[in-house]
Amino acid sequence: MDGTANRVDPGVGFCTGCGGASCAGCGRPFDPPRFCSTCGRRLTVAVTPGGYRARCRDHGELCGS
Amino acid sequence: MVPLLSFLSAPGGHYRNGMPGDATATPIRTTVTLSAPNRGRRQAEPDRPDIDSSTARNRLSAAQAALLDEHRLLTAEELAGLAALPDDWVTSLAALAHQVRLARCGPGVEVEGILSAKTGGCPEDCHFCSQSSQFDTPVKATPFLDAGEVLQAAEETKAAGATEFCIVLAVRGPDERTMQRILELVPLIHEQTGLNVAVSAGLLTEDQARRFAQGGVHRYNHNLETSRSFFPNVVTTHSWDDRRDTCRLVRNHGMELCCGALIGMGESDEQRIELLVQLQELDPTEVPMNFLNPRPGTPLGDEHPVAAWEAIRWIALFRLGLPGVILRYAGGREVTLRELQSMGMTSGINALIVGNYLTTLGRSADEDLQMLSDLRMPVGALTGVL
Ligand SMILES: [Zn+2]
Ligand SMILES: [Zn+2]
Repeated sequence: MDGTANRVDPGVGFCTGCGGASCAGCGRPFDPPRFCSTCGRRLTVAVTPGGYRARCRDHGELCGS
Repeated sequence: MVPLLSFLSAPGGHYRNGMPGDATATPIRTTVTLSAPNRGRRQAEPDRPDIDSSTARNRLSAAQAALLDEHRLLTAEELAGLAALPDDWVTSLAALAHQVRLARCGPGVEVEGILSAKTGGCPEDCHFCSQSSQFDTPVKATPFLDAGEVLQAAEETKAAGATEFCIVLAVRGPDERTMQRILELVPLIHEQTGLNVAVSAGLLTEDQARRFAQGGVHRYNHNLETSRSFFPNVVTTHSWDDRRDTCRLVRNHGMELCCGALIGMGESDEQRIELLVQLQELDPTEVPMNFLNPRPGTPLGDEHPVAAWEAIRWIALFRLGLPGVILRYAGGREVTLRELQSMGMTSGINALIVGNYLTTLGRSADEDLQMLSDLRMPVGALTGVL
């Protein structure tokens, strides 16, 4: 894990760490995404030993390790 | 340090990228958030008095004699004397702790995977926890995972070289439906993967402890987290005594007790020693050592992580206080120890959680297994009969 689970294109979409539209990306290393980058809604996240699945009600699933 | 930090925390993650001598480096828009959230933000440490080197050496040799020759536990007073040693003596503390670990437990390391099978929505108010429904945190409550998902996670754990798999639920205690689901899962996982199955489902009644023990739960996790005197500062919805009572039930019904600590919530050195003595009295098989990873939205969200060197000091002290336990690296080790994670393995740790945690991610299992191989520490199951 290199902490790149939390990504945001500045000015495009929402921060996956806090869901903010104007946040440049506050997600911390070793945190899975918690908010949808498309709509900013809280994601349903299942963390498993080998990865995680994050799901937005409207924008589907995102997986990672 | 300062320029590096200000570069790393520059908002937006923009930087210029070019080859040396390239006069027209193109601005690159990267998607990676550059930050070093813990660098330079560490918990304040107690002022430790200067201690002359002969006093320090005497304390260490008295502890060595007690643990390796007299085969007795250290007292609170002896532990406090070791905890007060200046930073320069942490490597000596660690070396003694490693000797004690090898003498009492051997070189083996137990690897475990954990799974949050029911996340968030917990009615309790543990101030460090992002799964409490009393705090506004980014963690969204999710229902009990289905059996297929739990089995899949157990397989991931096995693939990472683990011998132990712990199913964790964010509940005050298990209701009847939860009891039944766990009791169905435990034999299923054990038969399918061969892993020992541990459970962490909060406070238990006598009857629930008996049923888990009869149902094949190998080890039950219930953390004291902190000392009795500090506990009311971080949890108000149940008491430290409630937790201790569940720990006793676990042991009384023949399950192995896994009873952990969370270091870095604002407790004093004296309170950490108090916890060590309370753990000595409970005599658990395993003690997972967690370090506070401050969670956004929780009352402890603005705390700083424990300093890495301080974490090594306390790993060593936990081994010296609890010489025969399985002392496991648990949550917060990556953000607390960073490059010092292998040093923890030679300071008293003899078990680790591999892969991800309950709501946060861990470093890769491959990195941990490589570290153990480099340290010449074989991976295998450990038991309470050491
Ligand atoms: Zn943000
Ligand atoms: Zn969405």
